[in-house]
This record gives sequence, structure tokens and C-alpha cells, in this order.
Amino acid sequence: MRRVAILGVGLTEVKEHWDKSLRKLFVEAATAALKDAGLDVNQLDAMYVANMSSGYLQGQEHLGSLLSTWLGAKGIPACKIEAACASGGVAFHQAFLAVASGLYDYVLVGGVEKMSDAITSDILTALMMADDQDYIAPTGVTFVGLNALVYRYYMAKYRVRQEDIALMAVHDHEYAANNPYAQFRNRITLDQVLSSPLVADPIHLLESSPIGDGAAALILGPLERSKGEVVVEVAGSSVATDNLSLQLREDITTMYATIKASREAYRMAKVEPKDVDVIEMHDAFTILGVINLEDLGFAEKGKGVELIKEGEIEIGGKVPSNLFGGLKARGHPVGATGLYQLIEVVWQLRGEAGKNQVEGAEIGLAQNVGGVGSTVSVNILRRVK
Amino acid sequence: MGVPSVPRVWREIKYKYNLIGSKCVKCGKACYPPLTVCPYCGGKEVREVKLPERGKVISYTIIRYAPRGFEKLVPYVVALIELVDGTRLISQLTDVEPEEVSIGMEVEAVFRRLREQGNSGIIEYGLKFRPLRR
Ligand SMILES: [Zn+2]
Repeated sequence: MRRVAILGVGLTEVKEHWDKSLRKLFVEAATAALKDAGLDVNQLDAMYVANMSSGYLQGQEHLGSLLSTWLGAKGIPACKIEAACASGGVAFHQAFLAVASGLYDYVLVGGVEKMSDAITSDILTALMMADDQDYIAPTGVTFVGLNALVYRYYMAKYRVRQEDIALMAVHDHEYAANNPYAQFRNRITLDQVLSSPLVADPIHLLESSPIGDGAAALILGPLERSKGEVVVEVAGSSVATDNLSLQLREDITTMYATIKASREAYRMAKVEPKDVDVIEMHDAFTILGVINLEDLGFAEKGKGVELIKEGEIEIGGKVPSNLFGGLKARGHPVGATGLYQLIEVVWQLRGEAGKNQVEGAEIGLAQNVGGVGSTVSVNILRRVK
Repeated sequence: MGVPSVPRVWREIKYKYNLIGSKCVKCGKACYPPLTVCPYCGGKEVREVKLPERGKVISYTIIRYAPRGFEKLVPYVVALIELVDGTRLISQLTDVEPEEVSIGMEVEAVFRRLREQGNSGIIEYGLKFRPLRR
């Protein structure tokens, strides 16, 4: 396998883009990534599009051909990669494999999701398509409802208080304030989180990632051809799945797919959790942030909130986490989210993170979750010069 | 949900109306819905089995914003239930107020209308669970 580097990144702000279509958002991010990499679109060898719900929300499939047409990448091999909310991280893994194999040199992986055109019940229906449509959807449960089942069970099993778990949302908003691409840049208090309306008990509105539009793209290429003062290598890349539905899991508070994918990525990168300088993890709901910290190997089961309460996920802590707002405040344009995370890690390793910079960050990790832990991708990036 | 479809609902009736799961010959664990392999030990020899219709709530949520087709029911309770044989399933609870539900509550299966597939689609039936009546 060849060593693979990230040559360029590009993204749009996450928000309700009333004036931009799915294709316009994608082209904006992809064009910015090409410019950052110093490449022309004609130099691309392949393109992967990460997206979850274009089929249901836009009635549009065949994104590979559609978006290569609008990007002007004539003739390029291109297709959509779908793995629910983990589409971005999984598509990145495919792009990594394509370059590592030696078959393609320059590969664009771009994620896009256009949600704001749909009404809430349609968005809830679309997101619920991450789970079993024959056996789970007919119960009327929503995707947030499935996470709520995990949340309540977790609190009972480990005797952890909601006011500690909900701190994750306060943390996210704190850092999004310095992220010009974030959907919500306002600070919030724990009181505001816990007094916000319940969406699916015990999950409050301000514990949930918002609905928004966005696109993010990265250009991957062979490490030996990367130029510039800083080179960011893909040091480890892994994807794992678990039994799709919660009812087929023996312990719903542990995400086996996170454990499996992260251990494989650590092994590939030859690092341990303690070596990681910064992480972006998939806290679509506050409880997921806590569980992710545990399953990625930074805390024992039931102890994830201790890291949050003791400031260990802040800059200067043991595991600086979600320093651009996480899913709660940067936003969660579903299929693009995993790529936003990776771009944020690239900024850290390049020293371009501004006020949110972890000084000297060398190794960063991005974890992207689809379904309730049904698919997890873990990618580890390393600054090599 | 996908497009309205009669055969798609019809072919699952046996399992949905009668609560038929699968049981692994190797490890003895059952699961719902029935799979052709064991999701726990990977065992390839499984048998269809009638699951018990009683269990207890091990976690629950109150749905306040519903997906398409369930809007009229809010607020409603969806629970993760452990049947008396240890098999778990997710089901909507019925015949109960949300504030009456608690972890450990004993429940039993009951046949109910689940949803309508839009104006032109069929009406889907299946099981919900209600507080156990002694
Ligand atoms: Zn088995």
C-alpha cells in the first residue's frame, strides 16, 4: 500500500442555505478543495460523494454522475457512498483505499446534505431510514428516540446524572463561537440546555444536533507527491459495523463498532489513545459524546462524564475534543459531517485552527457514526513534516 | 418507509402478528426479528421460535416529534422491552399514559393498528405492548 496524504480541503458554512441547491453546495466545497490542493479538476482520477438522503429528500439519486457534471469533471469514475450519518467517514475510507492501492493518484471525496427544504416530519422519516424499515420504523420511534433509549439506559446502568451528560452541548457551543463555518456560534448555559423542550425524553432540543445544509470536500493523493510546508498523512483508516438495531445488541451502552474501528485505526497508525492530540467525535446527541470518549479508549465505561467535568476535553486537557463545535454547534449536515470532522483535524495539524488551536498537534482522530453505532469510521491523521 | 406496498407488509405478517423470532441451536439465544444466522455467536443453525408475549420495560422514550404517519399519536411511548426469555425488542406502548411508564414495568403484547401508508396505502397492523393485566 502507498502512503496517502491530504492535499486540500474545502467546505461551506453549515446553515439553512435557502439560496443554494445540493449540487451548488457540493461544487462550492469541491472547488475550494481543488484550489487548496493546487489542482485542476481535470487532474482528478476519481470522486466519491458522501450523502445519506438525496433519494428521499430530493428524489435524486445518481449523485456521482450529477455532481461530476456540475463540477466539470468529465468522464471521471464517480459514485455515491451511503452509510447513514457515517457516509462521510466511510467515503473517506474508500478514497483512502483508492489512492493507497495505487490505482488512482488524485481522488476527491466530497460530502453533501441538503435538509432545509423538507419539513420536520419528512426529515425525521429520512433520518429514521438509518434503521430497520420493516421492524423498527413501524413502532413510530424516531432516530432521536433510539438514542433516547440508550441515554435513559446509560443513566440507570452507570448512575450518571443528566446534568453532567448535557455539559457536552455547552462545550460544543463554546468552541463553535470561533468557527466561521459553524451553524450556531452562540454560547449556551447548562440551564438553557436542560430547560429546552424535550424532543424524545430524556433528550432535550439543545442536546440534539440541528438540521442544516452543508458540503465539505478533501483531496487525497500519494504522500510522495504532496508539496507545501506541512504534510498531513492518513495514518490509519478503518470502518466497522454492528448489528443494525439496538434490540440485537447485548449492551446498548457500548458501541462495538467504535471499539473495533478505533482499535484497527490505532494499530495501523501505530499509536495509542494517549498519543492522540486532538479528536473530532460524533456527538449527534450529548450522550453519544460521553459514550464515544469511552469506546475510543479515553475513559472507562461509565466514566466518560468525568473527562468532561474535569476539563479534559478542553484545549490543554488529556483529550481535546470537538474544538469546532461538534455536531451540536458546528452542525450535522448528515452525509458531509464526517468530512467536516476530518477538515477540522487537518486545520489542527496544519496549525490553522486559530483560537481553537491545540499547540503542536501532531496526531488527530475523527470518529463518524451511522445509525446508533451501526456503522463507525475512525480515521487517524498525522502531521509528517 | 418507502413507497406504499401491500406485498411488503403481507410477507412479514407471520412474524409480526405472531411474534416469531429465531433461536440459535449453538448458543441458545433468541432474537427478533428472525435472522438466518445468530447475531450473537455467528451460529449458522437457527430455528424459528414463538417468542413469549410478556416482558418488562428496560428503557423507554416519549416521542414528541413524530415521523410521517405518526403525527396524530404524539406524545407516545416507545420502549426497549426484554421478554421473559431474555429476547429484546423495540415496541410502541399503548393503553398507558407516558408519565405512568417506568423502567421495570411489566408489559404484554396486544394486537393493534400500527400506521397508515398515506391516503392511498394500506393500513398496517401488528403488535404493541401494554401494561400487564393480571
Ligand atoms: Zn448463537
